[in-house]
Amino acid sequence: MEIDENPNQEIPSAEASGITIRLDAFEGPLDLLLHLIRKEELDIANIPIARITEQYLEYLQIMKDLNINLAGEWLLMAATLIYIKSRMLLPPDPVAQTEEEAPGDPRQELVYQLLEHQKFKNAAQMLYTREEVETSVWHNPPQEVVEDGKEVVSATLFDLLKAFHDIVERFEAQRAMELSFEEVTIEQKLAEVRRLLLVHDTILFSDFFKDLKSKRHLIVTFLALLELTHLREIWVYQKKNFEEIYITKSKSSGELI
Amino acid sequence: MEMIELQAAIEAIVYVADDPVKLEQFKEVFPDESFDKIETAVKNLMQEFNARPGGMLIREVAGGYRMTTRPEHHEHIRAYLKSKPSAKLSLAALETLAVIAYRQPVTLAEILAVRGKKSSTALQTLLEKKLVSILGRKPVVGRPILYGTSKEFLIHFGLKDLSDLPTLEEFAQLAGDQI
Repeated sequence: MEIDENPNQEIPSAEASGITIRLDAFEGPLDLLLHLIRKEELDIANIPIARITEQYLEYLQIMKDLNINLAGEWLLMAATLIYIKSRMLLPPDPVAQTEEEAPGDPRQELVYQLLEHQKFKNAAQMLYTREEVETSVWHNPPQEVVEDGKEVVSATLFDLLKAFHDIVERFEAQRAMELSFEEVTIEQKLAEVRRLLLVHDTILFSDFFKDLKSKRHLIVTFLALLELTHLREIWVYQKKNFEEIYITKSKSSGELI
Repeated sequence: MEMIELQAAIEAIVYVADDPVKLEQFKEVFPDESFDKIETAVKNLMQEFNARPGGMLIREVAGGYRMTTRPEHHEHIRAYLKSKPSAKLSLAALETLAVIAYRQPVTLAEILAVRGKKSSTALQTLLEKKLVSILGRKPVVGRPILYGTSKEFLIHFGLKDLSDLPTLEEFAQLAGDQI
């Protein structure tokens, strides 16, 4: 968050514009206090609480004028500051005996919180730097590894033709009568297959043809699969030669089929 | 197996591996070689490989070994790949992650106490990116969820293990000097 360095400046109200800015995604009240302390070059061990409270509230007002949606923690911090300020004004309790009754400097807790916060901000900075380095580094791209590394073989066009032939034969044997003349285009099929492969990693070749009502449907599906193989969007493989054929999305446009 | 041969084989494995390769995984490949010998081979390999002023490095990441390009070549690699730097984590996410990394296992309320502000959105991002995982529940009233960093966190930041992080005291020192 960068707010004008001069908080006394007249700032036009953004309320009328109806724009609400969410600040909590970026900075919190502790960040503002650290900013104020650093800007004013204040001694953290001896924070002039009246001055810092005043400035904190000024910033809060600016943010309100800018119609920034302030989360509860901003107001909580304001209350905490005012509380500390009032405590500082009171003379030490002369009858207090135990530690608990006279808990020393009322600013202590806040100072601890500020140092803690700064500590983790530094740690975040370190992570930022490390991430910067790591995003400048590449490692070996993933290979085509399928199903817990079992050896597989790419299916050839002939395997596909044979498998398709079997499917058509089974279809012919089962069907009673072809009634549906519903049109389907290769484009529609392509989209359908792509959609399916978004959901499933691997699909059995024969599953693509299940429940299809017409021979035309079968053929269009087959052509769509061939087209996708040609485009190298899918990879067709078998666990062993002449076994069931599986279809999977290819991770890269590697040397498939 | 000759040391030099073992070293070469390990180099080849590190090259093809997707994930950092652990010593135990090398042992599985070379069951006849002693753990010590494998470890020596890896260390020798790393030393020799990294002494070479080449484009690659073997690094210890997330408890294993991984071959990567040297960071200084990133501009050329990006020019070749025609890729832009990938999206980085927001400051809020990094701060939240720092609290989790150093205070784990930690609850959302404890993160809030340190950061002085709500952190649920940042935490959600970290969970989605799998940098943070759920470790269990704290046995107190309400049984809040405990969060910790994941293996993905180590890989993302190129860390050997959690002890590879600088200590919090170092940051405390720095914080004291800064304010």
